[in-house]
Amino acid sequence: MEFFRIRKDIPFMRHALVFNVISLLTFLLAVFFLFSRGLHLSVEFTGGTLIELNYAQAANLEKVRDGLAKAGYTDLAVQNFGSSRDVLIRLPLKAEQNTAKIGESVMQALAAEAPGATLRRVEFVGPQVGRELAENGALALLLVVVGIVLYLAFRFEWRFSVSAIIANLHDVIIILGFFAFFQWEFSLSVLAAVLAVLGYSVNESVVVFDRVRETFRKARGLTTPQVLDHAITSTISRTIITHGSTQMMVLSMLLFGGETLYYFALALTIGICFGIYSSVLVASPLVMWLGVSREQFIRPKKQVEGANADGAVV
Amino acid sequence: MNRYPLWKYVTVALALLFGLVYTLPNFFGESPAVQVSSAKATLKVDDRTRERVASALQTAGIENSGIFLDSNGVKVRLLTTDTQLQAKDLLEKQFNPDHDNPQYVVALNLLSSSPRWLTSLHALPMYLGLDLRGGVHFLLQVDMKGALTKRLDAISGDLRSLLRDKTIRHAGITREGERVLIRFRDNETRNKARIVLEDNQSDLLLADQGEGDDLKLVATLKPEAIKRIQEFAIKQNMTTLHNRINELGVAEPVIAQQGADRIVVQLPGVQDTAKAKDILGRTATLEIRMVDDTPGAVEAAQAGQAPFGTELYIERGAMPLLVKKQVVLTGDRLTDAQPGFDNQTQEPAVHLTLDSAGARIFKDITRDNVGKRMAIVLVEKGKGEVVTAPVIRAEIGGGRVQISGRMSSMEANDTALLLRAGSLAAPMEIIEERTIGPSLGAENIRKGFQSTMWGFAAIAVFMIAYYSLFGLVSVIALAANLLFLVALLSLLQATLTLPGIAAIALALGMAIDANVLINERIREELRNGSTPQAAIHTGYERAFGTILDSNITTLIAGIALLIFGSGPVRGFAVVHCLGILTSLFSAVVVSRALINLIYGRRRKVESLAIGQVWKPGNAGNAAAT
Repeated sequence: MEFFRIRKDIPFMRHALVFNVISLLTFLLAVFFLFSRGLHLSVEFTGGTLIELNYAQAANLEKVRDGLAKAGYTDLAVQNFGSSRDVLIRLPLKAEQNTAKIGESVMQALAAEAPGATLRRVEFVGPQVGRELAENGALALLLVVVGIVLYLAFRFEWRFSVSAIIANLHDVIIILGFFAFFQWEFSLSVLAAVLAVLGYSVNESVVVFDRVRETFRKARGLTTPQVLDHAITSTISRTIITHGSTQMMVLSMLLFGGETLYYFALALTIGICFGIYSSVLVASPLVMWLGVSREQFIRPKKQVEGANADGAVV
Repeated sequence: MNRYPLWKYVTVALALLFGLVYTLPNFFGESPAVQVSSAKATLKVDDRTRERVASALQTAGIENSGIFLDSNGVKVRLLTTDTQLQAKDLLEKQFNPDHDNPQYVVALNLLSSSPRWLTSLHALPMYLGLDLRGGVHFLLQVDMKGALTKRLDAISGDLRSLLRDKTIRHAGITREGERVLIRFRDNETRNKARIVLEDNQSDLLLADQGEGDDLKLVATLKPEAIKRIQEFAIKQNMTTLHNRINELGVAEPVIAQQGADRIVVQLPGVQDTAKAKDILGRTATLEIRMVDDTPGAVEAAQAGQAPFGTELYIERGAMPLLVKKQVVLTGDRLTDAQPGFDNQTQEPAVHLTLDSAGARIFKDITRDNVGKRMAIVLVEKGKGEVVTAPVIRAEIGGGRVQISGRMSSMEANDTALLLRAGSLAAPMEIIEERTIGPSLGAENIRKGFQSTMWGFAAIAVFMIAYYSLFGLVSVIALAANLLFLVALLSLLQATLTLPGIAAIALALGMAIDANVLINERIREELRNGSTPQAAIHTGYERAFGTILDSNITTLIAGIALLIFGSGPVRGFAVVHCLGILTSLFSAVVVSRALINLIYGRRRKVESLAIGQVWKPGNAGNAAAT
């Protein structure tokens, strides 16, 4: 089997402007939704109590709500979790409430209206923890960005590192935009997925850049757009196959992983799809705009390894 | 050129063997067990306890498949869950005849059923997190400010009596926030006081303030003193928590410090959060009372007629003791208790430090009661226990008390611990709580396992279909990666959580990237007209740089998560980072070793089984299969 039978380099760079405009638009849209709708943060970030119940038969959510309302709980959210028999109750943080007894008091409140539930999980998160998690998440993101920029600048060139990080941060914003638009729950594991995607799709840019560098050293007489086209074309089959394989794994998590892994896998899916697009079609044009050229790779007279590959014997 | 030296093959083989051995325990599952551990700091579980367990089970005719002694206590592995319950009831009766005053914790547990030779290699199954096995998780915040104010209050008291002893007249000592203010009427007294304080209170930082006849000396704690107090507070709180959790009968509780001022408590298998919280939040007090040694009084009390104003206690060592109800001193006055040795006799001893008010009271009591006995009683849940009842030999002033005599150094250690553990050094608050039911845990394992399995299967089918033999080698390398990852997790006993399982799946999904890179590169070389051997060689060579770069960027993300992540994210990050490292080895070295074994020895290789290699030159099929 060979999926990719490409005779000539595909002129990606001819349409560079189009790709950049498309991604700018998606990016702006994502930012817009982030600000207008905001993220639906999970209990881990906001603080509060989460209770998961399991009924033997399909649960009657109305009765659960009634029971809790009668017991004096306000501002709560009741929803199915995974199956119709599993119920998730979210209670906001309240200063005066005795958190120690909240699990039992909820069970008692339900005993009258909707009996037969078993308590599966209780999560209580105090206010200080949530703030800290959000701070730590931001710090982690910052560390990833700085680390990757430094590493790529060291291994390649600052133009590459800047464009790689811009392209991939744009992915992160787009993932967040999706979560804001659909109001999917943004939990700690989603944050982990977002950061993992950041590392993973930079990976993609690295593969392309590696080729760019190699092509610059090997093939003389090509213009920069031609070099980029060649690099993208010769790695495109690997890009698609790799991401396809990773996506198979993620899809399997999406299908079999249950509710807990669902949003994690979803974030990864969006990240992988946009990762292909951005690292190939956003990062490369950016490198071009930033003015990468052959000289940047030839200047240090360390051509020993390159010389053999050329087959140039003088 | 595609041959590895022998040592490389041996390394790969050894690594695979290592992976296999350490992964193996995960397949044996767990069998029911009962664990007997000590409920008291003063009671050690040793070989004698093991024999006691063995003989108790033998007389009752309960079959077992091994009795082990480890740092947690004595564990008995049983054949069925029925006998597990029987054995638990039996041992409970044997070891805790007095139900109200349990000496041992008898708890249900699970033990790995892997054979003994594996266990002796330290090959254990992966350590499952609470979300996989069910249980309760608490994050407690220690109120450090509270610990400091408590200490400063004690210090103000000390200062008061110190200045009085030195007859330095001050105009009042008050604590304001985290400072202690001492007022003086004139500068001379203030200077005198400063010299005295500098000599006696090394923890304090002194500064002048005020003017005219309202002069002040502002005392604050030195940073190193604050640090010491905070460290002490968290340690003491952890010790106290340990003692209390013992009562819950949890097989393997986790009590660990997190950050500077937090304690994580994890109780696997516990479902009753209310009781757990009750026990964690309880306060114990330490009381010093006098012993009634009137002849005949103890006998009367044992007959049920305790003299008025006294209570009967059993001292450790089973001696009955009559203690007066009147409390002469409470544990609040005790600032520290440390094991040590008597300066003169070199006997093991416990050194107590009292604050100034306590020291004054203690001086008065000891002066009036030379030759009599005093009892130190630990009161918890309204029930007292006599920790020790020493004889007063002489008047003791200065707040430094030494208890010695008839004590081994082990006992001195335990007594000091008990005295310290009496109360929490600083108040604590639960800031995070998680309860996971056992059925949910089992379900999480199943789901995590299934998603990994199906994902792996899909990748395997695709890789073999697309790259034929090279695909098969890639799949074998991927399987080796999984093997190494599970082996490492088992060896390190890192906590595996559901996000951790997700990270395993993701690591596999990402690791295949390296093999795709290599295979594509080899195809490309073939397309450009390289010979098969050269294609393999350059393919691996060229791909390696790219693989390294891309893995390092992924690793940077993993490390950031490891540093800043907590809870579930940390579980994810650990596996993610380990997975990147193992995938580097398996994708590059293991797959190369296999390819070398297959192709490297042949003198002439016509073609490589890497699927169809399409060449733009001849539009037909130049299949290289």
